Amino acid sequence: MLARLLDFTHALRRAGVPVAASENIDALRALGHVPFDDRDAFRAALATTMVKNEAHRTAFDTLFELYFGAAPTPEATDSRDSSEGPVDQEQYLEDLFRMLLSGDASGLRDLARRAVAAFGRVDMPQGGSPYFQYRVFRAVDLDAMMRRLMEELAQRSDLSALEQQLWRDEFEARVRGFREEVDAEVRRRLAEHRGPEAVARHSVRPLPEDLEFVRATRDEIAQLRRAIRPLARKLATRLAMRRKHARRGRLDVRKTVRHSLSTGGVPFDTRYRHRTPHKPELFLLCDISGSVSAFARFTLMFVHGFQSQFSRVRSFVFVDTLDEVTHFFENEDFVAAVDRMQAEANVVWLDGHSDYGTSLRRFWEQYGGSLGPRASVLILGDARNNYRSSEAWVVKSLKQKARRVFWLNPEPVRYWDTGDSIASEYARYADGMIEVRNLRQLEEFIGRVV
Amino acid sequence: MNRFASPPEVVERLRVGDYLSDESIATVVFLADRLGKPVLVEGPAGTGKTELAKSVARALDAHLIRLQCYEGVDEAKALYEWNYKKQLLRIQAEQGHEQTWEQVETNIFSEDFLLERPLLAAIRASGPTVLLIDEIDKTDFEFEGLLLELLSDFQVTIPEMGTVVAQQIPFVFLTSNNTRELSEALKRRCLYLYLDYPDLEREKAIVLARVPELPEMLADQIVRLVRSIRAMELKKAPSIAETLDWARTLLHLGVTEMDEDTARRTLTVLLKYQTDVEKVAGHLKIAPNPRDN
Repeated sequence: MLARLLDFTHALRRAGVPVAASENIDALRALGHVPFDDRDAFRAALATTMVKNEAHRTAFDTLFELYFGAAPTPEATDSRDSSEGPVDQEQYLEDLFRMLLSGDASGLRDLARRAVAAFGRVDMPQGGSPYFQYRVFRAVDLDAMMRRLMEELAQRSDLSALEQQLWRDEFEARVRGFREEVDAEVRRRLAEHRGPEAVARHSVRPLPEDLEFVRATRDEIAQLRRAIRPLARKLATRLAMRRKHARRGRLDVRKTVRHSLSTGGVPFDTRYRHRTPHKPELFLLCDISGSVSAFARFTLMFVHGFQSQFSRVRSFVFVDTLDEVTHFFENEDFVAAVDRMQAEANVVWLDGHSDYGTSLRRFWEQYGGSLGPRASVLILGDARNNYRSSEAWVVKSLKQKARRVFWLNPEPVRYWDTGDSIASEYARYADGMIEVRNLRQLEEFIGRVV
Repeated sequence: MNRFASPPEVVERLRVGDYLSDESIATVVFLADRLGKPVLVEGPAGTGKTELAKSVARALDAHLIRLQCYEGVDEAKALYEWNYKKQLLRIQAEQGHEQTWEQVETNIFSEDFLLERPLLAAIRASGPTVLLIDEIDKTDFEFEGLLLELLSDFQVTIPEMGTVVAQQIPFVFLTSNNTRELSEALKRRCLYLYLDYPDLEREKAIVLARVPELPEMLADQIVRLVRSIRAMELKKAPSIAETLDWARTLLHLGVTEMDEDTARRTLTVLLKYQTDVEKVAGHLKIAPNPRDN
């Protein structure tokens, strides 16, 4: 048991969850107080002592299932044996449909297990028989299942539109739950087969802040969007705090004397004059062409999430020409604003391929006059210019007028200057070109600049 | 300490005090008691973090000492402070009497001149005590350092008087809305509990427990609507407190069944931003009535 727990701890650490030695000891002490056969209490005891950040909880749960997953119930074993014989797919789909309608959680879990046993197995010639999610979902088409549920719903004329929508949300949640059960079951069976360690390496997804913008899947983009608001809020708090601490100015004699009255004229506490903090202005220039749009969108969302820390943020987007989008962010919902901006901004002039030269020149001609010595300019993009003219002199002129010019590049450094990337041509004139591939790097950069 | 016999007993005793917990909450509270460790409770606003501490205090029949944190809270506000004015008075009163400085010093740094603040009060309390350190994330980073000695050894060192050790280990809850990351050192000393929005069944039970006059059918509709709304991407998702407000509002309006019109008119109880109201109305296909605006 101890060995198992230590293995589990190692797996957690590999997945990026920091578990200190003292926390491990706490976990062991805690286990002494919960009944050994109560799996939920066992899980709760480990979670509360080892995981101190909710963002790590998914990784914990996934790994917990692998290392301490329930032994297969007798029925599950039976159904696995019976899976040698053909399982009637029609009948199974019908069962699943009924179960989704009724919403019985434990029934759905059993069905998920049956599905993996019946459809998910691939018999390998070497004698191994791993299981695959995609095979299960090929046999059990969840999209079709959802459509069928919707049809069923449409026939219920006694439901109001509101009720209909509620049921739709409910069904979506149930189908999602079923999908997760199948994933978990496949992982569990693989763990049985190959040992938990091998499976653990592949099954824990990175935390939202470590996801690469350019490679995120659709689900992960949704996750990122949810993560961005709290992250922005945290950074704003930190910046505000730093600013507050930095503003202790000269001794304020009048205030100190006034305050000393409460201590009988002895100046115990000295008071200081507050300096008004200087807030930078920010100009954001974002490439939103296909390849890097996810990066630009998240940066825009993120920066607008703590607008209050700047005296002014102006945002511009471009593909082969440039448009100002600041007004989209005036209404408060910065996450939704990015969607509207994408649809409405006027950024394609010729062919919809990135043209940094034209866009930069346009920015300089039209908005260059509003740059002052307090402005910081951030240019976001991969500097892949489709072999067009670079107009790098604009960056040089920006640098002369503005306080600082940074270029954020979502590509790993080793790809810079390959193919049509002209990163170093621009980097020469900017204060720095920085690799920003995930939220964590973005947060670090912004924290440093402000 | 053995204040609770088992996690199910925690559930039961909290339920008597009108707090509906679940197995993971109960296990954490139970372990905090057995291991004598503080509990760090995190989660979105309005999910019952503070309420949990209060309920545990009620269940144990303990004295609740609360330290509300804010930006700039310091030692003098949280731990103890010497009463300057009284000390000065004392020194002046001593004038004319023949006393050595040592005598004066021992006098003015004694119990009489100590102003006790919540943390010291919790340590020195003789009866059962629950200490609630609310919104720890609002404090400055340095303040956490101050808490470390208290949380791991349950003692406080006052340079002039020596170390005060707790007579009994108080039950400590720290709550955080996660507006900033707390230090590893602090987290390591605590058990961690994340209070999320409850699932459908538990939220319904909470609504029915707090608003007992509400028809069960309506409660069911309310919690299902709220769950749908929470699944959306909003600026401020409705909390349990807001669900309860909504339930009470509907009760006062004499509503017995939720329909689109009612939902449209009362949505503002649940949501605090106009953009959120519009988004939700769009999703639920109950576009706001132009007349109402």
